[in-house]
Amino acid sequence: MAPVISVSNLSKTYASGFRALKNVNLDIARGEILALLGPNGAGKTTFINIVCGIVKASEGTVLVSGHDNVTNFRAARKEIGLVPQELTTDAFETVWATVSFSRGLFGKPPNPQFIEKVLKDLSLWDKKDARIRTLSGGMKRRVLIAKALAHEPQILFLDEPTAGVDVELRKAMWDTVRRLRASGVTIILTTHYIDEAEEMADRIGVVNHGELILVEEKRELMRKLGKKQLVLQLHDTLDALPPALASHKLELAQAGTELIYTYDTQGERTGITALLKDLGEAGIRFKDLHTTQSSLEEIFVNLVKRPT
Amino acid sequence: MNWRAVQAIYTFEMARAYRTLAQSIVSPVLSTSLYFVVFGAAIGSRITAVEGVSYGAFIVPGLIMLSLLTQSMANASFGIYFPRFTGTIFEILSAPISTTEIVIGYVGAAASKSIILGVIILATAGLFVPLHIAHPFWMLFFLVLTAITFSLFGFILGVWADGFEKLQIVPLLVITPLTFLGGSFYSISMLPPFWQTVTLANPVVYLVSGFRWSFYEIADVDVSISLAMIGLILGACLVTVWWIFKTGYRLKS
Ligand SMILES: Nc1ncnc2c1ncn2[C@@H]1O[C@H](COP(=O)(O)OP(=O)(O)O)[C@@H](O)[C@H]1O
Ligand SMILES: [Mg+2]
Repeated sequence: MAPVISVSNLSKTYASGFRALKNVNLDIARGEILALLGPNGAGKTTFINIVCGIVKASEGTVLVSGHDNVTNFRAARKEIGLVPQELTTDAFETVWATVSFSRGLFGKPPNPQFIEKVLKDLSLWDKKDARIRTLSGGMKRRVLIAKALAHEPQILFLDEPTAGVDVELRKAMWDTVRRLRASGVTIILTTHYIDEAEEMADRIGVVNHGELILVEEKRELMRKLGKKQLVLQLHDTLDALPPALASHKLELAQAGTELIYTYDTQGERTGITALLKDLGEAGIRFKDLHTTQSSLEEIFVNLVKRPT
Repeated sequence: MNWRAVQAIYTFEMARAYRTLAQSIVSPVLSTSLYFVVFGAAIGSRITAVEGVSYGAFIVPGLIMLSLLTQSMANASFGIYFPRFTGTIFEILSAPISTTEIVIGYVGAAASKSIILGVIILATAGLFVPLHIAHPFWMLFFLVLTAITFSLFGFILGVWADGFEKLQIVPLLVITPLTFLGGSFYSISMLPPFWQTVTLANPVVYLVSGFRWSFYEIADVDVSISLAMIGLILGACLVTVWWIFKTGYRLKS
């Protein structure tokens, strides 16, 4: 299937001379949730703003459903909804007015039933006549989401939607994202919270210093870069590793009460059978064992620490 | 054309004026009334009629122009500056609308507001002095064209300004002096010859003169020159706006 968004050789140099994006290439499939992870200043917002038409690209092209987002901006932008990183809302308008305004801006005929549904889904219905400045930060965030959804976009960008948001709203937000995804909407989000990406995304892109250093199916990413560890809790404390076990990648931990065996899930064989056999022969007994898998967070930290 | 977007912007801007009704309508009407009391009644009674028109009636077109210029600029500049200031401009920039549509929405609303205001001031003036409009069509033509032109000018100002000071400094330091010296309160022929020549460098002179002609058929410069002048300013503003959007100047980084 043709990608819903296709970005090629995208670069951005700001007027200050700062190179915020360096030759980014990315295809986004219709209906997927793509999470962009990266430290502050990596270029995530710049990327989103270029795709949405708010910032001009210095080089490269962006196609949205095959439409160039500069030469055919109308067709390209129609499909996109954007929830910006900053809480930028009007102050004196009512919730209803500002959401209806957004729908009009995108050229859609008025549809009060649809806006009612959007507001209800976001628990904003009882605030529909409230002036925006009287709302809390969390409520304003919901208003921004409602505005982005008002024109029934097929692609939704969420730029750090849960930064500084309370647990309840975070949950509500992810429910909304799941619902949208179920209806076929493509979602691109940036987040600081790796657990969020891990829970929500189908694919994960890692951005650092303006480069897209990796894009991978989440499962594939975990499998490729994820190391697994087998932790053995020993029956008797060990002072040192017996020489007979030196050939295994073992580590003695917890003051000699634990043995940790690190292996690659990708490898042909894990070496666990051989290890257990050698342990038995060395007379080492254990009371318990469990395995752990590295989280995205560890993977991520390793990636961005890697010298470029 | 995405007319729904134009309508959305236009309605939004008009609603803003409605919320700040006191500021947008009451205060200009009040200040105009004060001008009438001071210039028309108090001072005007001692000034002889200008070319057969009583002084009170003579200043009506100038007073309307004064409000039209300042309010068109204030409305339009604030209308586009405020979203830039708060950041809500992101939505306009990411919507499927062309630059022409953005300009029609913002400038159209600003111009509408000042046209309504002009009519209200005219009606207010009617309470103080007997009004006579010789060429109603041309009167409206000047009113509408001036409102549009200076709303465009205000739009440019609102895009250019990077702070509230700049937003206020141009109307205060440039437009207000030009309008006061633009023959709102006097006929140029009352000036010494040297100053008559200098005054002709002030574009507002042509606007006031043309507008006054549509009322009383008296003019400082030929009405065709007035029309040419307003066309010239309008053209310059249109070119500037076109350039702003072409380059993304101050709107897109
Ligand atoms: N308008 C701008 N002018 C100059 N530099 C900018 C501008 N906007 C962003 N930057 C810089 O570009 C880099 C990337 O910013 P951004 O895209 O916001 O990163 P992220 O969203 O990943 O935190 C940062 O170093 C930021 O300071
Ligand atoms: Mg960001």
